[in-house]
Amino acid sequence: MVPITPDIIQDHGLSPDEYERIKGHMGREPNLLELGIFSVMWSEHCSYKSSRRHLAKLPTKADHVICGPGENAGVIDIGDGQAAIFKMESHNHPSFIEPYQGAATGVGGIMRDVFTMGARPVANMNALRFGDINHPKTKHLVSGVVAGIGGYGNCMGVPTVGGETNFDAGYNSNILVNAMCVGLAEQDKIFYSAAKGAGNPVVYVGAKTGRDGIHGATMASAEFDEASGDKRPTVQVGDPFTEKLLLEACLELMAEDAIIAIQDMGAAGLTSSSVEMAAKGGGGFELDLDKVPQRETGMTAYEMMLSESQERMLMVLKPEAEAKAKGIFDKWGLDFSVIGVTTDTGQLVIRHLGEVQADLPVSALADDAPNYDRPYSPAEKPALLQDPVVKIQEALITLTAQKNAADMSVIAEALIEEKLASIDAVQAAGWSASVGRAEIYARLTPDAAADRFTALTDAANNLAETGIVAGAAYDLNEETVSLADQSGADTLLTTLAALMATPGLCSRNWIWSQYDHTVMGDTLVAPGGNAAVVRVHGTNKALAISTDVTPRYCKAHPFEGGKQAVAETYRNISATGATPLAITNCLNFGNPERPEIMAQFVGCIGGMAEACEKLSYPVISGNVSLYNETNGQAIPPTPAIGGVGLLDHVQHTARADTATNGDTLIALGITRGWLGQSLYMHDLFDNKDGAPPPVDLDAERIAGEFIRKTIHDGIPSAVTDVSDGGLLVAAAEMALGAGLGLTLKTPVKNRRAAYWYGEDQGRYLVAVPTDGADNFVLKASMTGIQATKLGMFGGDDIILDEEDMIGLIDLANIHASTLPDLMEQTKETDSMPMAADDIKSMILEALPDAEVEIEDLAGDGDHYKARIISAAFNGKSRVAQHQLVYKALKGKMGGELHALALETVEKQ
Amino acid sequence: MKSCVIVFPASNCDRDAAVALEQATGTAPDMLWHGETDVPDADLIVLPGGFSYGDYLRSGAMAGHSPIMQDVVKKAEAGVPVLGICNGFQILTETGLLPGALMRNAGLEFVCGMQMLQVANPESLFTRGISNRPYVEFPIAHHDGNYTADEETLNRLEGEGHVAFRYVANPNGSARNIAGITNNKSNVLGLMPHPERVVSPVLGGEDGATFFKGLVEALG
Repeated sequence: MVPITPDIIQDHGLSPDEYERIKGHMGREPNLLELGIFSVMWSEHCSYKSSRRHLAKLPTKADHVICGPGENAGVIDIGDGQAAIFKMESHNHPSFIEPYQGAATGVGGIMRDVFTMGARPVANMNALRFGDINHPKTKHLVSGVVAGIGGYGNCMGVPTVGGETNFDAGYNSNILVNAMCVGLAEQDKIFYSAAKGAGNPVVYVGAKTGRDGIHGATMASAEFDEASGDKRPTVQVGDPFTEKLLLEACLELMAEDAIIAIQDMGAAGLTSSSVEMAAKGGGGFELDLDKVPQRETGMTAYEMMLSESQERMLMVLKPEAEAKAKGIFDKWGLDFSVIGVTTDTGQLVIRHLGEVQADLPVSALADDAPNYDRPYSPAEKPALLQDPVVKIQEALITLTAQKNAADMSVIAEALIEEKLASIDAVQAAGWSASVGRAEIYARLTPDAAADRFTALTDAANNLAETGIVAGAAYDLNEETVSLADQSGADTLLTTLAALMATPGLCSRNWIWSQYDHTVMGDTLVAPGGNAAVVRVHGTNKALAISTDVTPRYCKAHPFEGGKQAVAETYRNISATGATPLAITNCLNFGNPERPEIMAQFVGCIGGMAEACEKLSYPVISGNVSLYNETNGQAIPPTPAIGGVGLLDHVQHTARADTATNGDTLIALGITRGWLGQSLYMHDLFDNKDGAPPPVDLDAERIAGEFIRKTIHDGIPSAVTDVSDGGLLVAAAEMALGAGLGLTLKTPVKNRRAAYWYGEDQGRYLVAVPTDGADNFVLKASMTGIQATKLGMFGGDDIILDEEDMIGLIDLANIHASTLPDLMEQTKETDSMPMAADDIKSMILEALPDAEVEIEDLAGDGDHYKARIISAAFNGKSRVAQHQLVYKALKGKMGGELHALALETVEKQ
Repeated sequence: MKSCVIVFPASNCDRDAAVALEQATGTAPDMLWHGETDVPDADLIVLPGGFSYGDYLRSGAMAGHSPIMQDVVKKAEAGVPVLGICNGFQILTETGLLPGALMRNAGLEFVCGMQMLQVANPESLFTRGISNRPYVEFPIAHHDGNYTADEETLNRLEGEGHVAFRYVANPNGSARNIAGITNNKSNVLGLMPHPERVVSPVLGGEDGATFFKGLVEALG
């Protein structure tokens, strides 16, 4: 027998105190196998030893809660004898080490948690956090994680209907992959894990056990360092094909009266499933590992008990049902092996090669894990952000020509190319030349020093001194601008375009198009809406699902951030018309042994608890992922919340992208212009100061109830919640979704930028047919909700205050290109201009019914106008029509084809 | 009208196909397990989408050798209409009922989204019901949808009117924008897009319902 040394104890992630405790429970020294089993059961991942006492503060009960935390997943009543079963779980550590398999097996694991309980999974969601978009590892991690999520879910035939993805340097060395699954079951066919009764067969089904994922749970309970790549062998390998068969076989068996208890083998595999089933049943298990189906030869008991091979289940069957159950698993081509029997001894006894290898007290493993009260630093309330100001430097250089001088534009262009290009702080530049004069304008990025212009003014001086020009004059101008008024020297709509292209707000279509979101034929609102909406198959009811958290709020003020995460799912779900029912969560934090991290955890939980309480929105399942840090650098606190709501009828579903021409845009809720922790300050000015916006939970509830009622009454044509980026971003997203322009008027005189980009909470935007707009505002006001008319839908542009304009198609392209540009290799394009005939034939190949007229505007074979009439455009918005033509031109727009003005016409 | 849907291990659009067929015919189709050897008499056999056998070896390759496929091939050759959607199309090419192959998408990534399709041959058994529609919109969701065949085959398919559907905006690199083809006798259609997923306005479209209704009418 291997003697247990302090090194072995440490390698198992156990402290000396914990080891002493184990000896106390055993009444002797454990052997290596026993130590291994204790180590995984008492790991942070399985035992919640740092978080348990705090999780207990979360409200978990309501009339509609059938089963709260503690089972494989939580269960809620959705009426008509049906139940929704859901949970969210992390697969952070493995996904960083091996992104495809880590993410894939995260999805596989969460689906097993759901179908273990008797539910058919009907929707997958996720919450993903990656490092800085320009970090060298990010691209590899994004492509691997996205492909892994798609690869598993698509094969299972369960739609991945949405989620959120964020980029922040705080995740450079610890990405987060949180997967959520929602399933549907009949209330009288829900299965639990309590293995009650002695003498019943313990049955192993599914894939064979291999040496993969050994100690995965222990890995997930430790920090990373430089050698983390060495942990690759602890990442599991997924096989969605086997899982699909396992799903169908389990559901087929569950229709029979055969199962006493069932539990999937997830983290800590055979160990945690057998211990938890025995503990909940109040008995013991005797297992014979020689009966375990094995993928490899010569596996030890230690390896088998700690393997995290995927797609396996442990069941306790009614003895009389064994033959029938075996028949079902044989039909699906899956292993089925009776590997043990339930006992009443309260011991987990493991035999291998004919000998008892371990004999452990079940209750000590499951219920007597340490429960630490880790110290946490006192909460600090961050100061409010005072409106920041920036200095804007502008230069206007006027050059006067010598008599009979040649074209001044040559000189102006040369000056810009030679000198301005070398100043890295230039934000904008332009020039104009007329006979005898040239003017060059340049502006620096906010707060850049005025001496950056020296290179330019020196060059202009030089031109005058050497007699190339007759004279050079400068007008250098410095202006102090409040960022609450405007974004430096930019207009509000230029700022909008810049924000919509940031990693935080750009289109996620590149990600979503890799997930099958329409399989199962019940997806009503696909990724990109407020919340995903999935019909309850065969009924007119639907579930709305949303995952949310704003880590920068949680970092600045954990309590408010925790509140906000819960409130945002509530808002997203309400914006579809659904009544929010319950949440699951995935609480991702750094090392809890550090008081500042523990303070984040305790603060977030406190905020979540208050929000759940006030919004009658209990927690029914969840997962904690700690030690998300590398070399002492922790991730931002990220308590991801997954909310589920119920729509009584699919006809009462509101969408964000269905505004119609002439609708009035109305904001609901109070806009104060809260800039602290806004994306506007974070992403455009790198300003991370100040408190996050507070959430008024009473107002949140009133606004939620009001919006749901108006949707139920069929009043708004489109609804969205207002979150990251504030009102203008939300309005632009509605406009892009509908393919309709928007004419807006700022309702305030001062702090216009703060009005549009502030992130005050508890707000919605609604599009209401104009004849009902006044009545809508009145109704909202009488309910105590501020309602403000902001503008009207129509046209092809977003126009603000009659002075600022951006074309919707331009905005759509800016919004759409960030992720593809990052992820796809830049294609080498042939710079030869295209002939008009080539353009025409490409369009005709795609749209054979089209009538195409092409005009060469400048006669240079480079600037064209095309008028296209086709039935393919019928019923589509202008933006959608143009995008169809761009796609038909196979990406040649912007490459060979420099400029193509399009006119698209429906064919009657 | 009697229809049936073949269920392979890891078919995952079998239920969707059944829902669409029941909506169009008024009768639930027979669901046939791949291990069966006989297809009962039916007016339409549907091979649904999914990842039969986990796409191992090659998508559709192992399903093509399933016991039931021998009888499907026999019935198809005898003129029974067969519709293969997505993985069903891949299986049909693997059995040789349809020419060519579905390779990995040109972009190498899985692609899901709504696609506008030209109805390239409005005369076929399968498209007669939508002959007044120059375009329809069906979603796609596949990793291996890049239709490939030699030039001679492609010319023949086009020349003889066996290209049933084409993509307006090619999502996967398919030769000549092909989204769906029929066999020589025009009683077998394989198509990558999923008409069965757009059978109600709440699902984003009804073109699929129109397609199935038209097919049922054409089959009498």
